[in-house]
Amino acid sequence: MPRLSYRRALTRALADELARDEAVFLLGEDIQVGASLVTTGLAKRFGVDRVRDTPLSEQAFTSFATGAALAGLRPVIEFQIPSLLFLVFEQIVNHAHKFPLMTGGQCAVPVTYLVPGSGSRTGWAGQHSDHPYSLFAHVGVVTVVPATPADAYGLLVSAIRHDDPVVVFAPAGAMDVRDDVSDLEPVPLGRGRIHRFGDDVTVVAVGHLVHDALAVAEELADQVSVEVFDPRTLYPFDIDGLTESVARTGRLVVLDDANRSCGIAAEIIASVVERVRLLAPPRRVTRPDGAVLPFAPALDRAVQPSREQLATAIHLTMKDSS
Amino acid sequence: MTDADPVRLYRTVRLIRRFEQRAVELVHGGQIVGGIHPYLGQEGIAAGVCAALGTDDVLAGTHRGHGHVLARGADPARMFAELCGRLTGLNAGRGGSMHAADLSIGVLGANAIVGASGAIITGAVWARRRQGHDTVGVSFFGDGAVNEGMLLEAFNLAALWRVPVLFVCENNGYATTMPVAGAVAGSIAGRAAAFGIRAVEVDGQDPEAVRDAAAAAVDRMRAGGGPELIEARTYRFDAHHTFEHAVRLDYRPPDEVTRGRARDPVHIQGERLSDADRAAVDAEVEATVDAAVRFALDSPEPDPADALTYLYASGMTARTGGG
Repeated sequence: MPRLSYRRALTRALADELARDEAVFLLGEDIQVGASLVTTGLAKRFGVDRVRDTPLSEQAFTSFATGAALAGLRPVIEFQIPSLLFLVFEQIVNHAHKFPLMTGGQCAVPVTYLVPGSGSRTGWAGQHSDHPYSLFAHVGVVTVVPATPADAYGLLVSAIRHDDPVVVFAPAGAMDVRDDVSDLEPVPLGRGRIHRFGDDVTVVAVGHLVHDALAVAEELADQVSVEVFDPRTLYPFDIDGLTESVARTGRLVVLDDANRSCGIAAEIIASVVERVRLLAPPRRVTRPDGAVLPFAPALDRAVQPSREQLATAIHLTMKDSS
Repeated sequence: MTDADPVRLYRTVRLIRRFEQRAVELVHGGQIVGGIHPYLGQEGIAAGVCAALGTDDVLAGTHRGHGHVLARGADPARMFAELCGRLTGLNAGRGGSMHAADLSIGVLGANAIVGASGAIITGAVWARRRQGHDTVGVSFFGDGAVNEGMLLEAFNLAALWRVPVLFVCENNGYATTMPVAGAVAGSIAGRAAAFGIRAVEVDGQDPEAVRDAAAAAVDRMRAGGGPELIEARTYRFDAHHTFEHAVRLDYRPPDEVTRGRARDPVHIQGERLSDADRAAVDAEVEATVDAAVRFALDSPEPDPADALTYLYASGMTARTGGG
């Protein structure tokens, strides 16, 4: 089976959709040379009209994409760094997201916002290291955070084909993951995936943290049977899939690379406890409240959720219910 | 493609005038909730610009947008219904006064973030031209919007990519209560010049002057020219928003208001018609507006159970908020 990196999976998804549908085009900064190493070769293959470099006018080109979508195209915007989403939050939320309802169903705005390299990239400091996916879930924009190459491919393809705006966070921590991939196919939005079955506790892990959760589950295998649930899409969330898992294990720990207050972990826990009576209080491992990632590598690591924290949370959850 | 008929131009300004006056009455009567941003006094701009457009063209504007929608040819009855929040409204009661849209005639909506339409229209025009249409676009905004960064970014993008967008600045002298002199460093036309965008100033109270300026710009744009800007000098006859009818805000000197109202686009265009033509148009507009208001008030209100219908074009549904 061919080995495929997460990054190349994104490239393949973009290339396949550009080839499949004339309405698809790419927009972003430095994408013709492929500075983020995702759009590499696409300008040469599909032309600079469909792989368009933009000036550093994030608000204008985000709304430009909204207009192009209103006129029937399917733009994909690459944002090199996650913090740019703060700059265009208004354009995505107030315009792209609201137009279908505000026009009484007269239009669709099928734009994909792709962030290759979201979250911490060691040494990139405070303004390049955010992971603001919870914000988009809060406002009701479809939000996906793939963990594996196959899901990166399949969810990006589905995002581009979706008739509403979709934000695709490709965590920096997952970009170099490689996997044996046989069939690449669309992955439905809004459906989670159980990576590892277990009996004692369900760990929900978001994005690159799925790999950390799997490692911790292996480490603890002789003490506790851990199930690892990857939501893949944060909004709409596969609450049915997760409920089924937690109903079996009775315990819930969430591993989430977002700030703690109003982070997606809080929403996941609330949604589960509305439906399931747990054997122990749920726990979450997140960034601290209001985290700003400091520059020094040791400090950067200190505010990211860690495997040690997850192992501790799992142990405490087991202890609380014994 | 330009409609040079003075009678139809008069009809448009007259229709907007009477529509807005009736809309204000409906606000006072409680049939329109939330108030409106009346377009009174600025009718000549929407009417003049839209007379220069063809059927393939698109426009978007701001929350002072009733005139743009009506001038483009939307059904006044469905427009009133929208303002009244009725199911038969242009947006099925989901947009209201600030967001009326009719995509079937190229009205891509109105934005309450006033500098928003420039980039949206630039993208829409670029997309339609890529699909083989000869589309040009119009972005309407006020003098307040020229200080929003995203509009200036849109100037740059449209000029850089030579997207034929006519940026129409309706300079009525005030951004809500802030006078232009207190908000605009440099000039509005100077902002366009900085991006290599041809700009002209025009008397926004004269519908034919606006139409002629717009027609010339549209001709150049269709011939392959890049975006252009028209700064239409105008005066808002009424409040920024009808809440001022209840809360008096002291920011426009009374003599300025008197002078401003003296240059009335409806009268200026009306003078160009024979008395008989004008009377006929007035009667027809009156009947149209009467019927439109009746249609709106007779129309059903939307069902609260459908409050979030249309939230997602994909057909996705959202969780409800109840416990």
